[in-house]
Amino acid sequence: MRILSRALSGGLAAAVGLAMAVSMASAGTLDDVRQRGHLICGINTGLVGFAAPDDKGVWKGFDVDVCRAVAAAVFGDANKLRYKNLTGKTRFTALRSAEIDMLSRNTTWTFSRDVDLQLTFVGINYYDGQGFMAPKKLGVKSAGELAGASVCIQTGTTTELNLADFFRANNMKYEPVPIETNAEARTNYLAGRCDVYTTDRSGLAATRAATDNPDDHVVLPEIISKEPLGPLVRHGDDQWADIVRWSLNAMIAAEEMGVTSKNVKEMASKENKNKEVNRLLGVEELQGRERLGLSKDWAVNIIAQVGNYGEVFEKHLGKKTPIGLDRGLNAQWTDGGLIYAPPFR
Amino acid sequence: MSLPATASPTYPPGQHPDLPPPPGSAGVVGWLRANLFSSVFNTALTFVSVWLIYEFVTAAIDWFVLEAVWEAGSRVDCRKQGDGACWAVIATRVDQFVYGFYPADQRWRPVLTFVLLFPALAPVLFDRTPYRSQLLWFSLAYPALGAWLIHGGLGLPVVDTDAYGGFLLTMILGVTGIVASLPLGILLALGRQSQLLVVRVLCVTFIEVVRGVPLITLLFIASTMLNYFLPPGTNFDLLIRVLIMVTLFAAAYLAEAVRGGLQAISRGQYEAADSLGLSYWKKTWLITLPQALKIAIPGMVNVFIGLYKDSTLVVIIGLLDPLGVARAVLADAKWNGLSNETYLFIALFFFMSCFAMSRYSLWLEGRLSVGDR
Repeated sequence: MRILSRALSGGLAAAVGLAMAVSMASAGTLDDVRQRGHLICGINTGLVGFAAPDDKGVWKGFDVDVCRAVAAAVFGDANKLRYKNLTGKTRFTALRSAEIDMLSRNTTWTFSRDVDLQLTFVGINYYDGQGFMAPKKLGVKSAGELAGASVCIQTGTTTELNLADFFRANNMKYEPVPIETNAEARTNYLAGRCDVYTTDRSGLAATRAATDNPDDHVVLPEIISKEPLGPLVRHGDDQWADIVRWSLNAMIAAEEMGVTSKNVKEMASKENKNKEVNRLLGVEELQGRERLGLSKDWAVNIIAQVGNYGEVFEKHLGKKTPIGLDRGLNAQWTDGGLIYAPPFR
Repeated sequence: MSLPATASPTYPPGQHPDLPPPPGSAGVVGWLRANLFSSVFNTALTFVSVWLIYEFVTAAIDWFVLEAVWEAGSRVDCRKQGDGACWAVIATRVDQFVYGFYPADQRWRPVLTFVLLFPALAPVLFDRTPYRSQLLWFSLAYPALGAWLIHGGLGLPVVDTDAYGGFLLTMILGVTGIVASLPLGILLALGRQSQLLVVRVLCVTFIEVVRGVPLITLLFIASTMLNYFLPPGTNFDLLIRVLIMVTLFAAAYLAEAVRGGLQAISRGQYEAADSLGLSYWKKTWLITLPQALKIAIPGMVNVFIGLYKDSTLVVIIGLLDPLGVARAVLADAKWNGLSNETYLFIALFFFMSCFAMSRYSLWLEGRLSVGDR
């Protein structure tokens, strides 16, 4: 009997050990990723324009393309990538416990997330901000005219606090209509239970696009909060943070320099007048590239397989998509926006 | 008061044949009069109700069928074709609703697993199944077989648990939870009544702690807190963690349902078993447990149905159950805004499975004639 129980407990321990499939983290994330053969990227469970599966079940979107860019930089193949769908509640633990290599899930860069949660935001790929949407027939032109309005708002989010701050600062009264989810908010807004709907402007645009007559609704020009969204990694592996950071920068710089997925192969095969283009595309040596452990054509792979920042924006969020966002703050700095990559030098 | 003479024949007292009821008091007309048109107010109410039902039913049929669009490339496309439901979103994405992101060329595996579920369940659920005793061995082997088929290994390509989603995930959670929690719940119920102090205290503590915590908390423990306890870099699959939590949760509730059954048996049954000199396990297995389980059926099925529906909570920790798939599908700019259609579709699926479970339990109750007690 004792032998039996010992055998049982031994078997149990072995099974648990097997299930845990202990893969102790080795020296660096890059080595882990290389050894595994694919990148594991944390993405949203579904957010219009940023991450959503297409009809064939392939995840597409603005945030997803940041993951693809990093995979292209590391492997030369944007598809060597697995996604992990994370909710607002599970995303940071998943990153900190090394379930994922990087997080690209419309996450606002804040002090406490950066410092207290020991995460490293490597850049900003979308400048979002809270705005208002109102029916056109209400005749409101700016948020300053919203005194006394009823506002549909998702509870328990920072948008709730921003809204209160905005109305208090402007000495206006409002009537909050608390709502749990975005779909619910949309239904309530369309049913006329509130005069205005407030959330991040990218979300407003998506909601507006999902109505039967988008032209009946206007997104008001005011932005009442700063929501800089960007990809992030864990503290403690600066090489990996650099890889993700410069993958994003390569997309941004490529747009500024006029390198697109169409012309990148051609530009990479000859000497260009712009020395920075040469360095970006590996025509000339970019000092320190080996330290990142990347191949010479890493940026070429990103741009050829994923596209430059502007292309990715237009593909998922831009005027030709149902969402129809304009570049706004997300235009290149040369066009009056905030999108700006440090020099490749 | 004298009645006017009539031409009707006279009968001896007590021999008068039964007359038909007065016209308008029986049959369809009688029923209508009594129930729908008994007064002016009721008549008005009847007309209003009929009008309301007519309006609702025609509108529903219009929306569900007549004006509905079955084939379209996007929501905008749907709206151009008709004003009703846009079932095209379901038609286009039905694979995702059923399998999640399970690779298309491997989908025969979950299908086979699902088909094999029936021969595995039949001998357990229906005592008149032919070859029952042989099939029971198959039922015992089924969990391992199903896990192998769905996950792979040993010759089959491995499919990561991340890829499971939709109804497949609901079935995995539901079936595993139900099958694994049943024995555990029974053991806990027996343990709670045990004479051994340590066993009893352990069981009571477990049941009370788990029952005192919402399932969503256990899921958060599974998805986030365990990560902090396990050594960094360990990859203990999230789905397995969730399955364990769901099973423990259901087992605690089940234990209480079974305990109710055990306590409903009269004391005499225990004493009779003791007086026959049966050992504890023989007494439990042959005398008390069969009776207790019979009584506990409604409560147990209640727990199972609850567990099955609660499995949708995993959407909060990022697993793509049907609700998660719906969220993902609706996040596609092409289909954004069709929440009514997708959620109705999911509701239909859940209703069918839960209704089947509750019908089975009714059948079983009738078969074991629980009501006789």
